[in-house]
Amino acid sequence: MKVSVLTFGEVADIVNASSFDLKDVEDTDTLKQLLEDKFPRLKETRYAVAVDKKIVNQNVTLEDASIVALLPPFSGG
Amino acid sequence: MQAQDYERYNRQMILPQFGEEGQHKLLQAKVLVVGAGGLGCPVLQYLTAAGVGEIGIIDDDIISLSNLHRQVLYTTDDLNKYKTEVAADKLKRLNPSVTFHVFTERLTNSNAIDIISRFDIVADGTDNFAARYIINDACVLLQKPFVNAAISRFEGQVAVFNLLTPSGPSVNYRDLFPAPPTHALNCEEAGVLGVLPGIIGSLQANEVIKVITGIGQPLINRLLTFNALNNSFYQLDIILNEEGRKLIPANIAAFLDMDYEVLCSSSSHPEIDITVDELKELQQKEKVTILDVREMNEVPTIEEDHLRIPLRLLKNKPPAVTANTIVAVCHMGIRSAEAVKILKEIYGSAKKIYNLKGGILSWQKYLYKKQQHA
Repeated sequence: MKVSVLTFGEVADIVNASSFDLKDVEDTDTLKQLLEDKFPRLKETRYAVAVDKKIVNQNVTLEDASIVALLPPFSGG
Repeated sequence: MQAQDYERYNRQMILPQFGEEGQHKLLQAKVLVVGAGGLGCPVLQYLTAAGVGEIGIIDDDIISLSNLHRQVLYTTDDLNKYKTEVAADKLKRLNPSVTFHVFTERLTNSNAIDIISRFDIVADGTDNFAARYIINDACVLLQKPFVNAAISRFEGQVAVFNLLTPSGPSVNYRDLFPAPPTHALNCEEAGVLGVLPGIIGSLQANEVIKVITGIGQPLINRLLTFNALNNSFYQLDIILNEEGRKLIPANIAAFLDMDYEVLCSSSSHPEIDITVDELKELQQKEKVTILDVREMNEVPTIEEDHLRIPLRLLKNKPPAVTANTIVAVCHMGIRSAEAVKILKEIYGSAKKIYNLKGGILSWQKYLYKKQQHA
């Protein structure tokens, strides 16, 4: 099973990619943990998580071909 | 509607979905635009041109040279003047029938309730999280819809929040981002492509017009993102977030008691902050070293004697300071607060170290006011 990850703003800077695939990640909490372990700066960043274009507020099980988006808030005007 | 209005607004009034009814709704509408910067300029220009009846403009900033690449309502002749005043003057010439309400101040939780109450809908084009959460919480408490837009580098976000629908108010900013981040870059620090706020601000103005006239599908319960580098638009559904709702003050009294500046840790560091007035007093009494921690290319330059060491180099390159007092300065007072932490590690209690609250922006305002009184 493979999921696609899309990143925005500062999250893209931290993980140094705006899109990538991950294999065998069962849910959004696992995905966040995986990325935060690899990129510790991510822990200090707040970001919303969306699965298949829906913002999720709790842990959500991922399926094959799920698209996960990680969106930080922007403050600029 | 007056005879000339039919001519002025003809091209939108002949749209079947819009019509005379849509124009009438715009002429009756009162919109508050918070922030007259990159987003505020196009929002103000299009809402004025479209014939919104009353427009409030709130901003406490003056026009800097580094604003002009993106804040296209202003010209080189307008430097060092208040944005609100220049904007209102130009917009009146664009459409004399619009009534403007100018607030040359910062939106805070002390004035937000009074100001926002006077309008039907708010456009949030501010440049900091404190103001964004103040607008959200005040609009929720006052049951006003608002159109939120924000930018960073090449990307933007737009959404319509807290609009009353048959199933209750739509989601708000705290459903998407329950609490502010401890630190995020603003335009001064992150940079921004000049045309980006033009695009995002135009989308924001479009949503304001759709909400007022009731046409199309506004971005209710949805977030729109745009990336200028690859032209990608992305839309996401937002759902109610209990965690976020709990953080909204329960009533106006609780709202007035919240310290949004500290909450957003954007520009308030009470233990180390000093104002420009306090800096001037300090300089009368003792020798003070001013340390500018902005990058070497950042403007405007400080005219007084000062040292300049960018924050990122400060750790490895402690400054050779003989004065017993150091005042760190950056653009807005955020990076300089970081610098104070580093300097305190270097000097311990051997020196007094302060942060200039509001950074070079406050300093510019101080000089401008002094010049006006002279």
